Amino acid sequence: MAAVTADQKTQGTADTADAEHLAAFDAAVAADDRIEPRDWMPEAYRASLVRQMAQHAHSEIIGMQPEANWISRAPSLRRKAILMAKVQDEAGHGLYLYSAAETLGTSREELLDKLHAGRQRYSSIFNYPTLTWADVGAIGWLVDGAAITNQVPLCRCSYGPYARAMIRICKEESFHQRQGYELLLALSRGTSAQHEMAQDAVNRWWWPSLMMFGPPDDSSAHSAQSMAWKIKRHSNDELRRRFVDICVPQAEALGLTLPDPDIRWNEDLGQHDYGAIDWTEFQEVLKGNGPCNEQRLAQRRMAHEEGAWVRDAAAAYADKHAARPGTAGAAAQHVEATA
Amino acid sequence: MTAALALGDDALVLSHRLGEWAGHAPVLEEEVALANIALDLLGQARMLLSFVGDEDQLAYLREERAFRNVQLVEQPNGDFAHTIARQLYFSVYQHLLYERLAAGQGEFADLAAKAVKEVAYHRDHAEQWVLRLGDGTAESHERMQRALDALWRFTDELFEPVEGVDVDRHALRDGWLAAVTSVVERATLTLPSGPQSGAWTAGAGRQGLHTEPFGRMLAEMQHLHRSHPGASW
Repeated sequence: MAAVTADQKTQGTADTADAEHLAAFDAAVAADDRIEPRDWMPEAYRASLVRQMAQHAHSEIIGMQPEANWISRAPSLRRKAILMAKVQDEAGHGLYLYSAAETLGTSREELLDKLHAGRQRYSSIFNYPTLTWADVGAIGWLVDGAAITNQVPLCRCSYGPYARAMIRICKEESFHQRQGYELLLALSRGTSAQHEMAQDAVNRWWWPSLMMFGPPDDSSAHSAQSMAWKIKRHSNDELRRRFVDICVPQAEALGLTLPDPDIRWNEDLGQHDYGAIDWTEFQEVLKGNGPCNEQRLAQRRMAHEEGAWVRDAAAAYADKHAARPGTAGAAAQHVEATA
Repeated sequence: MTAALALGDDALVLSHRLGEWAGHAPVLEEEVALANIALDLLGQARMLLSFVGDEDQLAYLREERAFRNVQLVEQPNGDFAHTIARQLYFSVYQHLLYERLAAGQGEFADLAAKAVKEVAYHRDHAEQWVLRLGDGTAESHERMQRALDALWRFTDELFEPVEGVDVDRHALRDGWLAAVTSVVERATLTLPSGPQSGAWTAGAGRQGLHTEPFGRMLAEMQHLHRSHPGASW
């Protein structure tokens, strides 16, 4: 697709036809109809969706790393199976989301190239290390919990393919979140060493999880436009507060504390107040200066580079066998999806 | 219960090796496929080990000398071609074995009947990749051949007798050799020659004699479980 930046919006140069298209688009969004791939859409809407969906897909792919870090050390076969299935699901979510993004005229290869070049982002949370087994539980409970809070409203996003991908993804994410909670519960009720491990993990993952909702509303670059287009349905701060409200009783049920002395129930507002987020840390992580930014991107690039000969082989095989009809037509088709 | 332990350890160890690919696969579809195969094998391992005793005690508290898996499955992943060669050799063997066990009346008939469907998929996956890598580019051809050659000496062990596995192992071996030969030739590759029967490694894994990388693999796999004796997870 043509590169479109936010300040090159087509509305400014709208001729009559474009004005009609825009009116129809605005009406569809206002009526809560879904925008579909063949529908006309403003270039800035397309670009914004590509940015958001690519970032979402990249987060699934990079997000495999901190959890995969514990597959080889999972302490029981049952937990190992659960963790493997979860990491596999994440690869699957990445695939759905790249496919959904491709309906907007981009390609998975192009998006992965941008990720590898550091030109598109992934969620800041995955730049934190998984230091103990309990981190796997904290990621399930808090990180997946935050993701779900963010993503459930996306099931009603104005862009049809994205909304439909999110419906499938949210079902699986809820399952992972419950498993993460259950993992932490087992640790919290286990030996004192296990309980301590669980508390330490929650202490380290709580604030980064709150940062997953993005910058505060008064400094969120894309929020207002995304909400007008009904890509987003709620503001960052609104979702963040909803998440805190959900987590406080869950932490109590777990027998763990949240590392924020300022959390308390606000009777007047009917919600929890919470302490100040370290936005400097957030900005540093976004700029690439978090604990694992370099490592995550390096591993992703290495997997891609070391796999190049495999993808080349699949493509060469498909070419040869497409040229010889009847030998391996079905197999060649199969590998096109793999190449 | 030597048989359940031997077959269970094969599945457990290969599953672990495939799990090491997570986040490193050459293409996203392979992240899904390799994890899927690893999960199938882990499921088989859990059932088989449960025939013998507590699955976690068996997986996490036995030392290297007590494991009964063949040496083939403990071999490090290497490059993608090595992983695929290992998958080809093992999944063709496992598929033919489980077909026979499923057809029989033995204690593994039910398990084999379920697992044989999974293993048929694993075998297809391996065969499809051997074809692509063998008949792909010059580089992939060379890598695939090197991998087939490197792992060849571990294949004879697959046909060592296992107490409690009641199959005609000579017929199993003939079937395996025919199937592997056919794939290798279709992939424009050469069936390895050289030491197979009588190679010094052959048969050792079933007696608890393993190769050096295996101890390190177990150290990683068992470390956390062993650090918290008696804890539940």
